[in-house]
Amino acid sequence: MSRIVLETRDIRRDYVVGGGLFRKARTVHAVKGVSLKLEKGKTLAIVGESGCGKSTLARMITMIDAPTGGELFIDGEKVDIARQKLTPELRRKVQIVFQNPYGSLNPRQKIGDVLMEPLIINAKLPASERRDRAMEMLKKVGLGPEHFNRYPHMFSGGQRQRIAIARALMLNPQLLVLDEPVSALDLSVQAQVLNLLADLQDEFGLTYVFISHDLSVVRYIADEVMVMYFGEAVEYGTRDEVFSSPKHDYTKTLFAATPRADVESIRRRLARRRAA
Amino acid sequence: MALLEIKNLTVEFDTAAGKLRAVDGVSLSVDKGEVLAIVGESGSGKSVSMLAVMGLLPWTATVTADYIRFEGRDILNISPAERRRIIGNDISMIFQEPIASLNPCFTVGFQIEETLRRHTNLDRAARRRRMVELMQAVGIPEPEERLRSFPHQMSGGQCQRVMIAIALACNPKLLIADEPTTALDVTIQKQILDLLLRLQTETGMGMILITHDMGVVAETADRVVVQYKGRKMEEADVLSLFEAPKHPYTKALLSALPENAVGDRLPTVTDFALEEAPYTGGQP
Repeated sequence: MSRIVLETRDIRRDYVVGGGLFRKARTVHAVKGVSLKLEKGKTLAIVGESGCGKSTLARMITMIDAPTGGELFIDGEKVDIARQKLTPELRRKVQIVFQNPYGSLNPRQKIGDVLMEPLIINAKLPASERRDRAMEMLKKVGLGPEHFNRYPHMFSGGQRQRIAIARALMLNPQLLVLDEPVSALDLSVQAQVLNLLADLQDEFGLTYVFISHDLSVVRYIADEVMVMYFGEAVEYGTRDEVFSSPKHDYTKTLFAATPRADVESIRRRLARRRAA
Repeated sequence: MALLEIKNLTVEFDTAAGKLRAVDGVSLSVDKGEVLAIVGESGSGKSVSMLAVMGLLPWTATVTADYIRFEGRDILNISPAERRRIIGNDISMIFQEPIASLNPCFTVGFQIEETLRRHTNLDRAARRRRMVELMQAVGIPEPEERLRSFPHQMSGGQCQRVMIAIALACNPKLLIADEPTTALDVTIQKQILDLLLRLQTETGMGMILITHDMGVVAETADRVVVQYKGRKMEEADVLSLFEAPKHPYTKALLSALPENAVGDRLPTVTDFALEEAPYTGGQP
């Protein structure tokens, strides 16, 4: 049994919204008690529609937001950012890649500076070593040293997502949270980025929490799958369990709604259409 | 006679760096009662070619074609006033971002009525009846109530239904849907696609569906045009396209689908030799 990198126990997050002169504040339960365990080197995919709380869960795991209830363990260590300050050691362990590569990079920052910034904040290294590490990481994600002094607008969407991944990996994290990393990308670029993620996982022994609404991507990349619906984990198991025998109604609806691109399904559909 | 025939369409944009050719010699046609899908990645010119048909491109664009015929009538060289009589009436279009394409300042009822006021001679009461009928057709509950809603009071899926209602207001003969479900969740996507196909079958209109999603193509199209960098790569009926793609680019696209993965790495488009249109990884 390998090491548990991430564990949550009944983790919750409530948001208080509204509350003005004429309106009472009300509480939104964004995540209603989710428990999960993830081993080193594995990929957990979290699936669900917009508003189901999957990104809120990601923010709590990344220690951006404090949970309002439940416990979070990173690498066996209990973390509670509401009570104690977040240490650089902890920050180094978990990193996140966001959905939109156009929004997540500062347009006025050169790529080299983007990559070196996490080192400046969280590690004490001389400038020359920061530079070397950034160069090395650029090569790892399939870019070159010539990209070091360029600005984000000079890159395509797929390249920007590579940069965002590189930035997340600069601190050698153990856990990488990927919040819809490929949904803004074209199909062929999506394949390249997914391959890159698989390569990096093999090389660094990374653990991924992969958030997505695209079941075909999830089926390809995940070891374990969690389906969320209105803040609750309605389905949680290994990929094969979830895909071969979905238990919850919502999971079944989700599978039924996913477009199928195999020849047999097309034949069936065309036959139905001719009959109609 | 085909409903819409495009022959050798080219669209060029004037940019600071000279002319940019977004669409390069594309020909296609749609018949009555047919669903044609145009697939391609971003920058393949799939939206631009349809915007050219609608006459919705900015002044920096130069549209040239041997002909663009709608029901046998040339619509490329007619006056703007004549074109406006066709656009929104016989040909209508729905766009990708439903929330962004509705005007936030007006109720959805007002926005549906706008099209009816422009293109029909119906009086106020008849327009009202037609609006309720349309809202029912696109599956919005309590139509009378919802006509008074503003776009921000509705969900993305419902806004897209309103867009479809606007597009269908004048019983168009051709509906162009530009990525109608890309911004929506899969469960909502299914509902919207089912709705579009049901309405298409009921009215017998022609439909052009622009998408980048091979799954959507497989679920909806009769015939498919694959576009890459402004050029048409392949045209085939949906079954032969998925069964035996001819062009290397189509093969590459299909094998990049995660569900077609063999082994633990996906083949990417660059793995394929693309003689006719070399792929340079998004760089010029």
